[in-house]
This record gives sequence, structure tokens and C-alpha cells, in this order.
Amino acid sequence: MTTDTTTAATTPATTASRTKALRGLTALGGVATIASTFLSWTYTDEFPGDLTVYGYPGGLQVLTLVAGALVLLYALAALDIRGLRWLAPTGTTKALRLLALGAFATTWFTVVAIAVELGGIVNLEPGGFVAAVTSAIPLIAFLLPDDTHKATRPRELPSWAEILIIVAAFGTGLYVVTYGIDTEYAELFTGYMITAGFAVTALFKAGLMARLSGLTTKYRSIAVAAAFVAAAAFPFTQTTDQFTLIAVNILIFATVALGLNIVVGLAGLLDLGYVAFLGVGAYTAALVSGTTASAFDVHFPFWAAVLTGAAVSLIFGVVIGAPTLRLRGDYLAIVTLGFGEIFRITVGNLDGVSGPQVTNGPNGVPNIPDLVFFGYDFGESHTILGIELGGYANYYLLMLLAMILVVLVFSRAGSSRIGRAWVAIREDETAATAMGINGFRVKLIAFALGATLAGLAGTVQAHVQSTVVPEMYVFAGPVPPNSAFLLAAVILGGMGTISGPLIGATLLYMIPAKLQFLQDYQLLGFGLALILLMRFRPEGLIANRRAQLEFHETGQLDTPEGTLPESGVGTVKAGA
Amino acid sequence: MNDMTTTTETTTPVLDASGVTMRFGGLTAVRDVDLKVNAGEIVGLIGPNGAGKTTFFNCLTGLYVPTEGKVRYKGTVLPPKPHLVTQAGIARTFQNIRLFANMTVLENVLVGRHTRTKEGLWSALLRGPGFKKAEAASHARAMELLEFIGLQDKADHLARNLPYGDQRKLEIARALASDPGLLLLDEPTAGMNPQETRVTEELIFAIRDMGIAVLVIEHDMRFIFNLCDRVACLVQGEKLVEGTPAVVQGDERVVAAYLGTPFEGDTPEKAGTPDAEPAAADNAGSTTSTEGEGQ
Ligand SMILES: Nc1ncnc2c1ncn2[C@@H]1O[C@H](COP(=O)(O)OP(=O)(O)O)[C@@H](O)[C@H]1O
Ligand SMILES: [Mg+2]
Repeated sequence: MTTDTTTAATTPATTASRTKALRGLTALGGVATIASTFLSWTYTDEFPGDLTVYGYPGGLQVLTLVAGALVLLYALAALDIRGLRWLAPTGTTKALRLLALGAFATTWFTVVAIAVELGGIVNLEPGGFVAAVTSAIPLIAFLLPDDTHKATRPRELPSWAEILIIVAAFGTGLYVVTYGIDTEYAELFTGYMITAGFAVTALFKAGLMARLSGLTTKYRSIAVAAAFVAAAAFPFTQTTDQFTLIAVNILIFATVALGLNIVVGLAGLLDLGYVAFLGVGAYTAALVSGTTASAFDVHFPFWAAVLTGAAVSLIFGVVIGAPTLRLRGDYLAIVTLGFGEIFRITVGNLDGVSGPQVTNGPNGVPNIPDLVFFGYDFGESHTILGIELGGYANYYLLMLLAMILVVLVFSRAGSSRIGRAWVAIREDETAATAMGINGFRVKLIAFALGATLAGLAGTVQAHVQSTVVPEMYVFAGPVPPNSAFLLAAVILGGMGTISGPLIGATLLYMIPAKLQFLQDYQLLGFGLALILLMRFRPEGLIANRRAQLEFHETGQLDTPEGTLPESGVGTVKAGA
Repeated sequence: MNDMTTTTETTTPVLDASGVTMRFGGLTAVRDVDLKVNAGEIVGLIGPNGAGKTTFFNCLTGLYVPTEGKVRYKGTVLPPKPHLVTQAGIARTFQNIRLFANMTVLENVLVGRHTRTKEGLWSALLRGPGFKKAEAASHARAMELLEFIGLQDKADHLARNLPYGDQRKLEIARALASDPGLLLLDEPTAGMNPQETRVTEELIFAIRDMGIAVLVIEHDMRFIFNLCDRVACLVQGEKLVEGTPAVVQGDERVVAAYLGTPFEGDTPEKAGTPDAEPAAADNAGSTTSTEGEGQ
């Protein structure tokens, strides 16, 4: 991070007053942008979200309104309004620029979308033009001098207030994510992604996120609890099952991605067929679920099915890992890639024609019954706390438990003797073995653990989907989870972190689910996005403390023989 | 599987390498080298670049499986597996620093504790009292070692961000964390200034006083002759001379080897009869520049 501090003391008074004027104008731009959302932007309600009403922002206008409000807030903070300084511990300008861009991009996206979808700019009411112009005003922020500085020391707050901040932050997070999942049409989701993307980056640049993560480190257990309470609250915000199903699938995807992160992120083993372990778990659970389509006439209780699924995955993990992990280099990647395909093709052929009848071949195992715990049927709606919860809400909460388990496993294993051995192996295998680490053994543990966790997630997935087919477990395909997307979620989110794969998986699931019109261009888009990400943020969205230093600290060492700068030695100790 | 060959003499040597030979295809990097290190000794290994010193270390520590020869540690033949060698009690540092660059200083030392702790995956997941106690003990021991080398204030820094000298010291601390009986140091002062070299010298004496035998490769002759009880000189894979610093320093063939005069292979067991080449000049104190190769 560059920290070129511009001290007001050294600049002439005229510059100071100019800066002030510019900030004032930016604030006015924010106000004007907000005001413009109360106008009507188009004549017809053919454009989704009904932007025709005066005095009542709808659909995409709400996003512009939020973006404008954020611009206003940060402009006021930049003007040193009392009570707002906490918004920007490390300076306002960069955040203000990003927010201005966000407001501008959201508004222009809306206006252009109206013009394109309805066939020409004649469909824009004057309000639309007003919005287009007013949303450009905050771009004045780009004339502001950079005021980035070291984070000011946070004022000591009583601990109840700090805890309240954490709770509020997670509440806001829940609201924002829920809003995204609940978006009804592709335009709104795109606008949401634009606004949210710029806003979140701005909050990072302003240092607000760093302060928040400081707080969450301080009250770790409370923060973790708050996060899970927020996550558990999601189904209670839903009126239909439609979006809960999306959320369940996101949870499955994210849980599996987190399991993969143990293998890839901690131990540094490239597993290109990870989804096969999910498939092993799912098929195992399906075959012992008592469905009439199963070749086995058994009906295991769920806990037994989970254990069986996890155990079978574990066995496959050991069988795949044991011969390959003795070798160095990329053999594992090739073998796991092969295993992924072998699994899919095998279950596709165990249909009684080309092989014994076990899996019904390409038709898969249908009619997997819903789970029933002590008479509590997961397939039915239940009323909890006076709120009607659909069937998927049950699976959502069950999957959340599975995810908590994987998070626990990740964090506990990661910060222990075995976790350090994984990272050491990843860093330098020769040195690690010379420190007494049995490389093969430690890698096999990581690989088998990853396989087991995926199998566990698979057992829940089988019941959620009620059908398992071979085509759910491909290497790459348009619908996550598949091996390529899982890896992408880990890399995009941030290797070796917990929140990274969760965020990566959420994005990678929501984008294709919401932007169905992309269909054919989706993979192309992901390819481009990954290339751009690797170019500009190789450590992923959420930087692991180590990766952050690895990629962005100046004067990094490529070889131990390299010259070592004395400056900035170990200055960054970000809590993560 | 371990054939104990306890000699009838007073003590078994800590390290007893006999007839170690390492061939890479047609190249014999190490040829029939015998070397003993006794308890409480600091032994130096010198020789021009490419003489096979690092390769010899790799043979000792199991990174290479020697083509011929045996390595005994306290009388037990070592299996050629690096982690088992470390487990047995030999720790090493690398000529080209091989720290875990993106781990913290403390974590690096904790990794060094690996062989002396037991906690597996289950105990990490269950976090019972035993796990917490073991972690606390590891931390305490690691901090102790960091204090010993003077890096206690940088425990939370990333290893990659340490200055060069500190990185070399950290490698030593990491090696010491495995509670070794023998420490192998591969050019521990390469790239250090004279002051840092002197500090390292003190450090090695202190390690010896902890009851750990030391085998050290160095090019800095002043350093070696100050430090070592015994010095062996390796040239083109063969042990040319072995003896007290004074003997080795005075050996003309050593001087010749360092000046690059071709050496016709005969393997005298001890330093002695200077028969062959008339050495040009004696500047045995010269330090050849180090080049990065090997492990
Ligand atoms: N893995 C290897 N494969 C082939 N040749 C090697 C290998 N390791 C070392 N050598 C060769 O063995 C010789 C001795 O190298 P080395 O032990 O690094 O010398 P020193 O440490 O004494 O400078 C060199 O010629 C080197 O090129
Ligand atoms: Mg060497």
C-alpha cells in the first residue's frame, strides 16, 4: 500500500479552500443524485422495477439512491463534519472516487439498459436524463487531492458499543447479501453487483473494513457467532422457497470450496477432480436412502448415511492420494483430473447395460426421500417463531451446520502442528522434510480430510436435490459446483482463508443463477474475470495475511540471494 | 533394522560417515568420504566451490541417497529419509536460505518442533487440554530459541521480511528447535559482514556448549580456523586432508586447491607429506566467493 501523505500544513491556503469547495460540490452531486431517483425515468413499466413513478424510487433507482447517499455521506465526512469521521480512518478521497464511480456506473447502466431494452433513448423521461447528468457530478472527486494516510487511532469505545458495531455490521451484511439473492431480474442484479462492488471496495479503501476486522479479531467468538446468527436468519427473511433453494446451493458450493481450500490453500495440492468426492458422498447417501431407485434395499438413518458417505469418500481419497502423493509436482493434478472423469463416466455406465446395475446410469438415482428427524419432516413447511419456513429452509439450516463444521475443521486444523506442516510443505517441501515432516503422510492427511468433507457435503446435497445424476459432477460446466468452479471460488476468494472461498462461491453461484441470459458467454466471462483478477489481485478478493505481503509488499524476495531492503521490514501484521 | 555397532572405545562418535559416495550419472560429486564428528566437537568442512560439500551434507541428511556408504548417528545407521534423519537427531541449515518465507518467524521455529511434538489431526480438531498444553510448550520453547538467537522481538514478522543475517540465524533456530544432537551448518556466514560473522561464531560456540556437536561448511578461513576443533578439506569430491586447523592451514595442497591448481587424485588419510605441487603463494586466509548452487 502506498501511503503518500498530503499534509494540509504544507499546502497553501488557496489549495485548501479549493479542496473544500470540491468536496462541497461532490456532496451536492450526491444530493442531486438522490433527488433524481425521485423522478420518473421512463414512460412505460415495461422496464422491470417500475421506474415511472414520481416521488417513489423503485428497482434500480433504489440502488442509485443508495450509491448517491453513500457519496453524500463520504463527502460530508471529507468535509470533516463531526460524527462522521469514523467512516474513513485512512482517508476519504479514494473511497469518494470509488463511490462516485459506483453511483455514476449504476445510474448509467440503468439509463442505458432502459434505452437498449425498450429500443431507443426516446423511452427516457426527462428524469432519466437528469439522473444521468447528476450522477456524473460526484466524479468531481477525481479532482480532489489524495488524502490517504495511516489509520488514525480508533477512539476507545466501551466493549458493549464495539460488540454492537459488530452485530450491526453483520446485520448489514445479511441485508446486503439477502438483497442480492432476492433480486428478481437480471438488470437489478447487475446494478446490485455494480453498486455493491464499488461500495465494498470503497469501504476497504477508506480503512473501515480494516477497523471492522480489527474489532472482529478482538471479539472473535462473538463475531463468529454473529456471522452464523446472521446466516441462520436468512430463511426467516424469505416468503417463498425460491431463493432459499439458491441459498442452500450456495451453502453447498461454499462448504465444498472451503474443504478444497484445505487441500489447495493450506497444503498446496492442486486437486482438479474435487467435485468427484462430492459425488461419491452424494451417490452413497442416495443409494442408502431407501429410494426405490437404489440398487440396495436399505434405508439408513441420516447420521449413518452421513458417516457412510464421508467414509466412502475418505477411502477414495486415500486410494487416489496414496500412490500419487509420493510423487512431487503436478502428478496429483493430472491424476485427480482423471479420477474426476472416471467417477462421472463410471456412475454413468453402472446401468445394467454396460455394467452392473448400481446407479441407473445417466438417469441417476431419483426420488431420494426427504430427511425426517424424530418426526420432523424436512420436506414440509414448518412455522418457527411465527414465521412460515418452507422445506428448503430446513435444508438450509442443516447445510449451515455442515458449513460450521467445515469452518471449525479448517480453522482448528489450520492453526495447529498439522496445519503448520501443511503450509511448510506448500512453502518449501525440501526444507519441510528436512525439518522432520513426513511429507507424504501430511499431504495424505490433507487430501483425505478434504475428500471426507466433500463427501459429507455430498450426503446433504443428495437429499436437497432429491436426484443425483452423473452430470452434476463434471470438471467444468455452467452450473456450480464443478471442479473448475470450485477451484475458481478458492482462487477468486482467496487461498488459505475462510471467508475467501465463501465469498468466491457466493459470487460464482449467484452470477450464473441471476444472469441467465449470459448462458453461452458465461465461461468466457469467467475466464476473463479470472485473468484480470490474477493480473490485478493475485491473492484473491480476501487476502490471506501471508499472501497480502507476498504480492504487494515492495522489495519482496524471489530468491534468498536477493538484496534485502532494510526498510519496511515486517511492518504489516494485519490480523486476519 | 538398526544395527547397533557400539564400539568398545569410550564413546561412539555422534556422526560416523564411512565410504560415502554420490554419483550423478557420470559425475562423482562425493567419492568415498569418511568423516567422524565426536560429541562436543565443532568440525569444519572446507573446499573450493563444487567440491561436493553440500552434496555430502545432502547424503548425510537423506535428501540424497548415497550411491555407496553408510551414515551412522550415535551408532545407528540412518535411513536415507530426511524426516527420519531429523527425527533421529540431525538438524541442518541450507546454503541457499530455505526458510518458509511466508510464515512468521515464530511459525518457522514451531515447524522445527515438528518431530518433538505428537499432536495429530484429531487432537487439533478436538482441542483437548493435552493439545493446549503441547501448543503452549512448543510456543514457550520456540520463544526461548528466538531469545537465544536474539529475534524474540520479531516473532510476528514474516520470515521473508527479515534482513539477511537474521534469516540465517532464524534457520539455525529452526534447526535447533528439533533438539538435535548434531547440527549441520552449510555456509552459515555467507553474505554476512565481519561483525555478523563474529556474532555467528559466538552463537556456534554457545550451541556447542549446549552439548550439540556441530559440522560446519565455510569458505571464511579465519572463521573456520577460529572455530573448529578439526577441519576436513574436500576437493573434487574427495577428502584431501583432515586434522587440526593448524595442520590443514599449513597443508600446501589445500592452498593449491583453493588457488585452483589441478589436483591428481590420491586420497591420503591424514594431512601430512606435502609431496606434489609446489604451491605458489600462501594466502590461506583468502575467502573464495560463494555461488548459489546445490541445496
Ligand atoms: N542433484 C544433482 N545433480 C547433478 N549434479 C549435482 C547435483 N547436486 C550437485 N551436483 C554437482 O555436484 C558437484 C558438487 O556440488 P556441491 O556439493 O554443491 O559443491 P559445494 O557445496 O562444495 O560447493 C557440483 O559439480 C554440482 O554441479
Ligand atoms: Mg555448497
